[in-house]
Amino acid sequence: MTELIKKIFYFYYDGFKSMTVGKRLWIIVLIKLFIIFAVFRLFFFHDFLKSNFKTDKERSNYVIEQLIKPSTNHK
Amino acid sequence: MEHFNMALVNWSRAQFALTALYHWLFVPLTLGTSFILAIMETIYVKTGKDIWKRITKFWMTLFGINFAIGVATGIILEFEFGTNWSNYSWFVGDIFGAPLAIEGIMAFFMESTFFAVMFFGWNKVSKGFHLTSTWLVAIGSNLSALWILVANAWMQNPVGMHFNPETARNEMVDFWAILFSPTAVNKFLHTISSAYVLSAIFVIGVSAWFLLKKRNLVLAKRSIVVAATFGLITSIFMVLTGDESARQVYNVQPMKFASMEGLYYGENNAPLVAIGFFDRTPSPTNPNSKEWAAKFEIPNMLSYMATLNPHAFIPGIHDLVHGNEAHNIISYYDRIKMGKLAINALKEFQLAKKAANDSTAKTALKTFETNYKYFGYGYYDNPHDLIPNVPLTFYSFHTMVGLGFWFVLLFILSLIFALKDKLLQKRWLLYLALWTIPLAWLASEAGWMVAEFGRQPWVVQDYMPTLSAVSNIDHTSVMITFFLFAVVFTVLLIAEIKIMLKQINQLKDGGHK
Repeated sequence: MTELIKKIFYFYYDGFKSMTVGKRLWIIVLIKLFIIFAVFRLFFFHDFLKSNFKTDKERSNYVIEQLIKPSTNHK
Repeated sequence: MEHFNMALVNWSRAQFALTALYHWLFVPLTLGTSFILAIMETIYVKTGKDIWKRITKFWMTLFGINFAIGVATGIILEFEFGTNWSNYSWFVGDIFGAPLAIEGIMAFFMESTFFAVMFFGWNKVSKGFHLTSTWLVAIGSNLSALWILVANAWMQNPVGMHFNPETARNEMVDFWAILFSPTAVNKFLHTISSAYVLSAIFVIGVSAWFLLKKRNLVLAKRSIVVAATFGLITSIFMVLTGDESARQVYNVQPMKFASMEGLYYGENNAPLVAIGFFDRTPSPTNPNSKEWAAKFEIPNMLSYMATLNPHAFIPGIHDLVHGNEAHNIISYYDRIKMGKLAINALKEFQLAKKAANDSTAKTALKTFETNYKYFGYGYYDNPHDLIPNVPLTFYSFHTMVGLGFWFVLLFILSLIFALKDKLLQKRWLLYLALWTIPLAWLASEAGWMVAEFGRQPWVVQDYMPTLSAVSNIDHTSVMITFFLFAVVFTVLLIAEIKIMLKQINQLKDGGHK
């Protein structure tokens, strides 16, 4: 088992090490992933219903309220 | 409608459109090139000739760059669902979530295993295992796209669900109806075949550049043979699935169909506007001009395309808005009334439930269920707000179709001259092939615009308009992230193009003449 894990590790390790396209691509990929997951996700994209309501019942009630609101206004 | 924050709706739409348009710059090249690579490697394994290994490895490098830059750009769309489109996310329930979850799991396992073998496994695993991995990457990437497109197709043609008025969620009742709805099948087949065509054009265009520069001649000529053959077969498939898609749109989204053709007044023996230009728009707030500045029509073709009957009646925008009794078309005015009944019934149902008044709840529920299929119309007062931007839909559709036919011709010409070994003498064709690369992306994005702008104002056809799908958040935060995305994606795109150009430019002759 340990041998297999070792083999898989070195397969990836050697693969990444011998990549010819260059470091620039990897830097771009890492920066991109950092921006997406650490900046956008943490600071700008909170799940609106999850962060504002505790239970699914509260979420349902809120969405129903949103869905039926215009009808009252149009009456 | 006046009770909605339209600035928020418009910025949320703009942000989603920007993200999806940029994401779609990377995806089709991955979907198609993966198959072209698999074919090239199969030839290598079959013939044992090193030149095919070199060809495969070169295109694999470009494939890898595109994949690395594009990967995870689609995740942002999922962030946007939760933040900007929370009403929508809740409303669609597990119908949208299930396909996306399958896609996520599938993509993760395919990408982390077979991608690694494909890129790192040369000389480390057997030829057969490496080839199998390359084919699995191609199949896996395309299956991954299937789930996204199934979810999108459900939004265009919602089937296999039941709306639960107590939770405000649509619940999946028939997974197979969702997966095999004609809209989903056609959308998947047409989208992936268009991605194959785009990738074939990319390979031909880059190879044409080598030929123009008189470099890597064997690699370029052989790549053109493979890509032109692949492109020709898949472009014919693309035309056929496009034709079937048009019939699907006609059946489930007649307003989109009428907009694609700029058809205001329905008629029997409806002609197809092959080429057309609208007259000036009536006002800055109304982009939809009913007058043509110029048009070239093919008699009866639209009737035939939509129904396979050249004499059939095709409803126009006016027929859909005002109704047409002779053809059994319910007007948008009536749909709005029924939509309002459904919304009010939902409200009454909720109040009756809270008051534990079962008989009122039962009556309200019956009214709701009778009118639910027009639920989304109830958010509007003016039926003209239910018409999409007609010129945008029309021009996008005609750009896509026109370029699609050019691509078929390009594949035929490329294949003929490649097989006759006369490509080097046909420099005009090489230049055309090179300049068709951006046109392939233009056609692909135009197709996306037909599908998405043409279905406005719906986020879920007939049930949920875009304006009731947004979260109640500050629109300035959406504005800020819109510009952040614009910057990040543009930088990524420039980086991809620069790295690819560097790789293409530094490919040295392999000595095979």
